[in-house]
Amino acid sequence: MEVRVANVRKEFDRFPALHDISLDIRSGELIALLGPSGSGKTTLLRLIAGLEAPTEGAIYFGEEDASYKSVQERNVGFVFQHYALFRHMTILENISFGLKVRPSATRPPKGEIRRRALELLDLVQLSGLEKRYPNQLSGGQRQRVALARALAIEPRVLLLDEPFGALDAQVRRELRKWLREIHDNTNHTTVFVTHDQEEALELADRLVVMSQGMIEQVGSPDDVYDKPNSPFVFGFIGESSYLPVEVENKELWVGGRAIGLPAPDETTGAALLYFRPHDVELVEDGAALAGVVAASRRVGGTRRVELEIGGGKERVEIDLPFDHPAGEKSRIAFRPKRWRLFPVKG
Amino acid sequence: MPSSAAQRRVRAATSESRPVQWVLIGISLVFIAVILVLPLTTVFAEAFRRGPDEFLKALADKDAQAAIRLTLLVAAISVPLNIVFGVCAAWAIAKYEFKGKAFLITLIDLPFSVSPVISGLVYVLLFGAGSMLGPWLRSYGIEVLFAVPGIVLATIFVTFPFVARELIPLMQVQGTGDEEAAISLGANGWQTFWRVTLPNIKWGLLYGVLLCNARAMGEFGAVTVVSGRIRGQTTTMPLQIEILYNEYNAVAAFSLAAMLALLALVTLVLKSILEWRFGDELAATNGGH
Repeated sequence: MEVRVANVRKEFDRFPALHDISLDIRSGELIALLGPSGSGKTTLLRLIAGLEAPTEGAIYFGEEDASYKSVQERNVGFVFQHYALFRHMTILENISFGLKVRPSATRPPKGEIRRRALELLDLVQLSGLEKRYPNQLSGGQRQRVALARALAIEPRVLLLDEPFGALDAQVRRELRKWLREIHDNTNHTTVFVTHDQEEALELADRLVVMSQGMIEQVGSPDDVYDKPNSPFVFGFIGESSYLPVEVENKELWVGGRAIGLPAPDETTGAALLYFRPHDVELVEDGAALAGVVAASRRVGGTRRVELEIGGGKERVEIDLPFDHPAGEKSRIAFRPKRWRLFPVKG
Repeated sequence: MPSSAAQRRVRAATSESRPVQWVLIGISLVFIAVILVLPLTTVFAEAFRRGPDEFLKALADKDAQAAIRLTLLVAAISVPLNIVFGVCAAWAIAKYEFKGKAFLITLIDLPFSVSPVISGLVYVLLFGAGSMLGPWLRSYGIEVLFAVPGIVLATIFVTFPFVARELIPLMQVQGTGDEEAAISLGANGWQTFWRVTLPNIKWGLLYGVLLCNARAMGEFGAVTVVSGRIRGQTTTMPLQIEILYNEYNAVAAFSLAAMLALLALVTLVLKSILEWRFGDELAATNGGH
């Protein structure tokens, strides 16, 4: 099922949560809404589900305008961050709930409901736990039950609100892989919300990076990581360093020195140079960025050093091989291998 | 492994030493004995002072029977109404944001803070002979004051905070997550309420109902003002007990009092049985989550 969000605006008590959002979600894709808290990602998800109504704009499921349809009519599977399992029901009763509450005309017979619930329990690898109550399960198991419960109604779209947010790191990684497998097997159009970029990069076919109620960038994980289109995205996805530079004569300058990087276009004036700390090359001579080591620490297999550039006014971080001999106060010259330039407005 | 002697000295930071535990338990027991058990046994002792025959005779009295019937009737009307009101109010307060919410919560507490006598007087002023409503209703043949409707109204007024007060904090803690899950799974409002909301609040609701019922059967102040104390017609059990006591008919008074106490004990026993019967489920649904 394709889902199209068209010029949606949402206000809560006159406070805008989403400004004019448009987004096309392709059928069968696994798409992540990624952003810091307060970016409006959960609001967007709840609007798609019908748990909130848009102040303006429309939401289409396929060709049909679903904006004013109720949650029940939209037939979406929703998985909540805190599971929201029905605590007085067994696992089997939780999973069969969606089928049991159907009107008698469309409700499958009892045996069929039970069979399908057990099948789903098997799909989420929890066979044998059907008689347990939710509080007798671990967090990861509960979230798997919640997913089985959402899948039971054969939803047109599967929506997950920070599904792994309440779990510890180990379980998160396992469930991530497992969700990807389930998605590949069932081919539901799946939208999930997360503030964890690692999760989004690993899991999603496409990312929607959001900030302050607006979409910053939409693209594949590679696109977003390699070609961030705004300082926000560059800073939010992956590690980044930035430095104020001047653009003149088709070259970049820092503190009156050319740093050996060509300007990408005709613009001149102040700009911000963004690059990844690990994406730099050390240079012996020629025009480069030079700095004095102010601090260094070991991060995994590399050494992260903080360099003071231009007499200590600016600091950037770069990664060096862990056995690099640079000590405090030594001088290092480098050039970013890949970088992006964002003009400073005003 | 530390030696067992050393282990014995180690105790949880929050547990007190033995003598302190004994003192605390002792104070509680003495207090309960003096304040609760002693008066209660006195009621039964007085009721049976002249033997069980007198006790039964006192209960078989026509006016006593009428008082028991009236008390049960009033409770049977006011408790269900307060369940409906309490669930509605708790739902509105816990699940929605609206203007005047804090004011509504204060209003619900009003019967707790106002003296029951004043509650009764309010109805006398509203429905009395000199009021607007009273004569108008009487022209249609409806008697409110000094009749069952007035007693029921006064009882509802006095008992309406119990259910709502019990449910509001519970529903606020539970939030709307379960309801959202239910409707996203296709349940309509009615199914959501019966299958998800009500099971989540049933223990709190039961407790509220028991308190509400106990108070409805035992209310004296407000009812005494609106009832007019017509023997055999508008006297509830507490009123009848007072009348008998003032007539120095101690055995009859205490017999009826024992009956009233027994009704309260029955509700308590019912609650214990339910808790015991559903103990597993209670443990399974309250922990964690």
